[in-house]
Amino acid sequence: MPSLKDLKIRIDSVKSTRKITKAMQMVAAAKLRRAQEAAEASRPYTERFNAVLGALTASVGQSDSAPKLLRGTGSDKRHLLVVMTSERGLCGGFNSTIVKLARTHLAELVADGKQVQIITVGKKGREQLKRDQADRLIAHVDLSEIKRVGYNNAQDIAKDLLARFAADEFDVCTIFYNTFQSVVSQIPTAQQIIPASFEDSGEENALYDYEPSEEGVLADLLPRGVATQIFAALLENGASEQGARMSAMDNATRNAGEMIDKLTIQYNRSRQAVITNELIEIISGAEAL
Amino acid sequence: MADTMQFDLVSPERALASLKATAVQIPGTEGDMTAMPMHAPTITTLRPGVLTVTSADGTQDYYVTGGFAEIGAEATTVLAERAYPSDHEGKRAIEAHLEEARAAAEEAHPDHKDTADKLVADFVHLLDTMT
Repeated sequence: MPSLKDLKIRIDSVKSTRKITKAMQMVAAAKLRRAQEAAEASRPYTERFNAVLGALTASVGQSDSAPKLLRGTGSDKRHLLVVMTSERGLCGGFNSTIVKLARTHLAELVADGKQVQIITVGKKGREQLKRDQADRLIAHVDLSEIKRVGYNNAQDIAKDLLARFAADEFDVCTIFYNTFQSVVSQIPTAQQIIPASFEDSGEENALYDYEPSEEGVLADLLPRGVATQIFAALLENGASEQGARMSAMDNATRNAGEMIDKLTIQYNRSRQAVITNELIEIISGAEAL
Repeated sequence: MADTMQFDLVSPERALASLKATAVQIPGTEGDMTAMPMHAPTITTLRPGVLTVTSADGTQDYYVTGGFAEIGAEATTVLAERAYPSDHEGKRAIEAHLEEARAAAEEAHPDHKDTADKLVADFVHLLDTMT
């Protein structure tokens, strides 16, 4: 049975924990709004871009002269996985779900006898994968210093990927991130970006004149497409992270509240027991006289 | 004939402009072109240059670094990789891009050297046109 003082200390400590989680929840809510706005702002660009690329790939994609980025290298032996996670913890299952999806994918590829390499974006994913996949990790992108993910961050990652692709280091590249659905649900997503796979929007495309030429435009756009997809993934991930953190902290705040209630009841019971004891002592002392 | 068309300028980070324009001058890779309403549908890539939008309220300049433009009869959409309003900030950003392009051109693979050098030249030209 803990003493009254011990209980008091515990209650105070849980109370300050609750204050912290409450504050983190509110910060996450504010950041979520900003992340969502950023994702919203990038959507028109991404949508138009993909529509045009989709139309182009539909008309040029099948020919032999199509760029390597679209056609692939002709083999799919070497895979590169880009795993995007957060830089900070305390966001529920956010990082674990991405890593789990990447692990499943990895296991399938390895079972098929493929070579797999991994690039991590964000500290948390690296920590998890380092334990058992340390020899597959070939690079890490650190975004911890960056407050707001910008297009240039995505461009840097894309540049690195394209350089590796040009140097013939891998055949297929897949990115892993969380798609933001709502505050309580983020969907881990795997998306193949090299060779590019665009859904044909089914739009009329024969109408357009292309300058310099269809192939020229496509060759110019494909590398940008990689950056655009990575940027979109980073933004989705950013919003998902804040959403996950918000609901995780909301749960933590509620749990702390329940704990405080329970401890307070226990504290009051013990206090009353002490008073009753004292009364009994006084009364029995008086009776003995 | 319609005398205005919908014009949108979007970059990956935000939408910069969305208005009814009468003419848009676009710095295409193969030369400048002016898109007006009822233009034949065209998709062109961009080089670094000045994008001039003319609307009922006057003209507005933007600096763009690359990307592409989708021109249609009733709407023109410019998807710029980077776009800046033509002010002091924009000029500084372009100067920074020029430095980057120079550095990239220095170490460019011989096959891509021409393209990289052209990019630098375009940036220099763009800076020259700024006052």
